[in-house]
Amino acid sequence: MSEHIVSPKIYILIFAALMILTITTVYAATVDLNAHFAGLNVIVALLIATCKAVLVILFFMHAYYSSKRTKLIVFAGFFWLAIMLSLTLGDYGSRSWDVH
Amino acid sequence: MHRTGELSGQFQTLEQQKESATLGMWLFLSTEILFFGGLFLTYTINRHTYADVFSYSSRTIKLSWGAINTVVLIGSSLTMAMSVWSAEVGKKKLVTFFLIATLVLGGVFLGIKGIEYHDKFVEHHVPGLGFDMYYCTKNPGACNLRPEDLQKERVELDELTKKMGGETAVNANSQLFFSLYFGMTGLHALHMIIGAGLLLWLIKQSMAGRFTTQYNTPVENVGLYWHFVDIVWIYLFPLLYLIDRH
Repeated sequence: MSEHIVSPKIYILIFAALMILTITTVYAATVDLNAHFAGLNVIVALLIATCKAVLVILFFMHAYYSSKRTKLIVFAGFFWLAIMLSLTLGDYGSRSWDVH
Repeated sequence: MHRTGELSGQFQTLEQQKESATLGMWLFLSTEILFFGGLFLTYTINRHTYADVFSYSSRTIKLSWGAINTVVLIGSSLTMAMSVWSAEVGKKKLVTFFLIATLVLGGVFLGIKGIEYHDKFVEHHVPGLGFDMYYCTKNPGACNLRPEDLQKERVELDELTKKMGGETAVNANSQLFFSLYFGMTGLHALHMIIGAGLLLWLIKQSMAGRFTTQYNTPVENVGLYWHFVDIVWIYLFPLLYLIDRH
């Protein structure tokens, strides 16, 4: 079989990167970034979370080494999530009525 | 599921057979992404609408437990990944060892979650069950809070009450936050419990020496599930625990 075996070295490196990103996100939450730009705290938190998720998907879940067909399914899952989020939030954001 | 790793009739090669299993698992996970996605969407709209109350409610959750649990869960993803590697290279005893390690770390996560839920019950922060954001400040000593934290809570809560125009509004909106908190972490915990069941099933088979370099699809697919549950937590942690901690 031509299946790719990911080595423990890579797993440990990814784990270390995830730990560093966890510390970074906790630290970033204690700094008032919103003072510079409204909503910057949550943007930074989500960017860090997305970096972590991408590392997990590509390496722990082997998406990086999988076939194009599997990659397409992985992409499709998140693409449909993006459709749901963007259309719903776009709808909420552009309505004249006040939800408050 | 092909239980022995032999080639089933509908496939041409073992490689194709294995790829179809991975593909199917990802297809299932894509439905899970949308399942949790709906909750994240609800969260986003409510947090945007009730920003101040969400911010305050989030700070009443202990950051330390959430941070420890993040480390524990990512650690369990590492041990899960290591058990997949052990199966792929045919180290049968290591497969069992790493599966047990993953189960233990999953148990630690759920234990800590239990402590956190207990705190919320004590503080009357559970929607519908005598919910009162003012319970701790009105009944000093009833909650397990340090005096300086209680004082800080009192100051912040007074400010929030003025801003929202009364205690009723604060309680109504913070119930929304805690409904989402319990709904999302509860659904996540349910996935962990199912994952623990799957791990037990794998451990039993692994101890019988079922997994070989040729046959390790169940380990690989439960691994995919476990890592997915980890990813959900990776988003839940900053969204629920880390709102305006400055």
